[in-house]
Amino acid sequence: MNLAYTEKQETFRAELRAWLAENVPTERLPSFDTAQGFEAHRAWERTLAEGNWGMVTWPTEYGGRGCDLIEWLIFEEEYYRAGAPLRVNQNGIFLLAPTLMEYGTPEQKARFIPAMASGDEIWAQGWSEPNAGSDMAAIRCRADREGDEFVINGQKIWSTRAVYADWVFGLFRTDPESSRHHGLSKILVPLNSEGVTVRPIRQLNGLPGFAEIFFDNVRVPAFNLLGGENEGWRIAMATAGFERGLMLRSPARFQQASKRLVELYREHGSDVIDPAIESAVVRCYMDAEAYALSTYQTASKLCSGGSIGAEASCNKIFWSEMDLLIHETAMNLLGAKAEIEPETAADFAELGSWLDGFMFAQSGPIYAGTNEIQRNIIAERVLGMPRK
Amino acid sequence: MNFTFTQDQLDFQDAVAAMLRSEVTADSIRARWSATDGTDRTFLKQAHDLGLSSMLVPEALGGLGLTTGDFILLAEACGEVALPEPIVESVMVVLPMLVDILDQGLGNSDVQRVIDGVLAGDLRVAVGHAINPCINYADSADWFVLSEGDNVYLLPREAVVLEAQTSVDPSRRLFLASFTTSAEYLVADGDAGANLLRASLNRGALATSAQLVGLSRSMVDQSVQYATDREQFGRSIGANQAVKHLLADVAVQIEYAKPVLYRAAYTVGVSPTRADFAVSHAKSAAARTALLASRHCIQVHGAMGYTWECDLQIWVKRAWALAREWGDQGFHNNRIHEWLLRKNALLGPEFTFGRGSLTDIAKSG
Repeated sequence: MNLAYTEKQETFRAELRAWLAENVPTERLPSFDTAQGFEAHRAWERTLAEGNWGMVTWPTEYGGRGCDLIEWLIFEEEYYRAGAPLRVNQNGIFLLAPTLMEYGTPEQKARFIPAMASGDEIWAQGWSEPNAGSDMAAIRCRADREGDEFVINGQKIWSTRAVYADWVFGLFRTDPESSRHHGLSKILVPLNSEGVTVRPIRQLNGLPGFAEIFFDNVRVPAFNLLGGENEGWRIAMATAGFERGLMLRSPARFQQASKRLVELYREHGSDVIDPAIESAVVRCYMDAEAYALSTYQTASKLCSGGSIGAEASCNKIFWSEMDLLIHETAMNLLGAKAEIEPETAADFAELGSWLDGFMFAQSGPIYAGTNEIQRNIIAERVLGMPRK
Repeated sequence: MNFTFTQDQLDFQDAVAAMLRSEVTADSIRARWSATDGTDRTFLKQAHDLGLSSMLVPEALGGLGLTTGDFILLAEACGEVALPEPIVESVMVVLPMLVDILDQGLGNSDVQRVIDGVLAGDLRVAVGHAINPCINYADSADWFVLSEGDNVYLLPREAVVLEAQTSVDPSRRLFLASFTTSAEYLVADGDAGANLLRASLNRGALATSAQLVGLSRSMVDQSVQYATDREQFGRSIGANQAVKHLLADVAVQIEYAKPVLYRAAYTVGVSPTRADFAVSHAKSAAARTALLASRHCIQVHGAMGYTWECDLQIWVKRAWALAREWGDQGFHNNRIHEWLLRKNALLGPEFTFGRGSLTDIAKSG
């Protein structure tokens, strides 16, 4: 055990910090769930790619820097420290790319990764269906093989970023005779294909952050099949837990939020009359650090050839509940002003973006597998409790 | 940056944990409750022969010269079996304190003699600290480190008056200790004394944190077993989500208490300036986890969990006690609160390990 950064890691941090200081937009970008904000965030992805900072863990041939997971954690720390914009292409770079790297053919990688890196193609995800939510194996949306094409019919829902995105990836039923998790395949579909209808769904904050997607005889080339036909479930599950769980919600995000919470608490120090707030602030800071430490531990284990353990199943519950506590505490500090939607720069200076974060935090225990499902998984697969 | 234990460390933990599991059983713990001095002498000899006592003592003084980071997994293993004898405290608190006294040229000729005696397995030493009202297993101690204000004394048994107290945990043998201050026994005072006491508090809190994590894991294991075996409505009660979720909640907390504990164990060795923060975080998280484990695991055991007969009580009651020894959650949360409000506090994602490098911080103070 050695909890000091190497010189190489410190140099990496310094170089990145300098680049971010030069390049991070000084003005807050509009939400990426608006048309204008989406394009502003796309432009930011392009800037990142030009500096080769788009996804540092990718090999250099794809515009990455071949970084290991510790350097990736450092990247995230500096990224959040600098207050850089959220990643509009997170579905692509954090969720699809690792699967492409592992299961994609060289031709598929060459086709999809550079366009993802440059921000030219932004990805939506398509897992859930009206009757396949927590029970994802109930997927019915069909992709029938016809020669060199798949013909897709059916519906996806809660498809994040689909309103403005260029592509969607998801699981489709390629074997019509199959049931449950057999006979599914991972297929990539351009959202401008003929027969695709995207119907925006307004989220709690009023913006169309996700959508329903209807597929009516949508034809895509068989080239867009990622991994083996009818092996989609295995591929979706096998993609390393680190990328699926820990990259999506890196610890730095919560550490930065808990730091801002401490700052807010300091500002409001004199008017805090509820001692429970003090405990909550302390708890948030501790939990964000605990999440960081756990992630460093996992990253170290993976870097030295080990495999991911029980923490992969536990992390979703931990960060989503922490995120709620951080934002609930901020709302408590803001008191009756917490309900005000900030509009001007002065509003933001006083109220921050706590309200927006608070609303988004409500979704944490729901998306990517509800926390109730996560608790079942921990009880059955980690603790070995009986399924029936 | 490498936040993993070495294979040697993991192997040693496995070996010690296996020995503990076979020698320290619930039955043997209950047998201790009726033994005159509450100890299992055969076990104590085995533990001594394994070299446990000397692990953290420098080689120059006849020890193995290992670090707190090396011992932390073993401390956790001792908690897992709810070991009654205060071996963890002896290794992590008593001996390091005596070694500090010796290193700083404090104290008298007794210090070296007492260290030698402990390493030889002939002597036992108990530490009193203002934060703890009582001393566990004080009746088997031959020597005492006690304090008054910043004055630290090393006293032989005959200079100390003990008054027994009864703990809720039948494995704990609590005593109030009083003594008449005497220059003869004074080993440190002023800043030196205060530093010794502060370091001891961190070591004691770390020692209890490790045991609390071990206790929690064992309580969950016992409850998983019970929930699997016990049937109602024609199936295991553990098949019910309501029961599963009680234990999953504890499993999550354990998972995130561990790395915090390991960072604290590492930090006390390399960066005294960050030790308060790291240790308080560990103790707060471990205590919260163990208290949650106690509550949920009693619940999973149903009426059995409320009986004297059920062995779970051994672990539950230890958790109740250790969660509050060497500073309760309020004390440790308050230290973190002070740390967060410091003018120059290093807050934010880039400071998880201090100013980039913990060792640099140790150097720059």
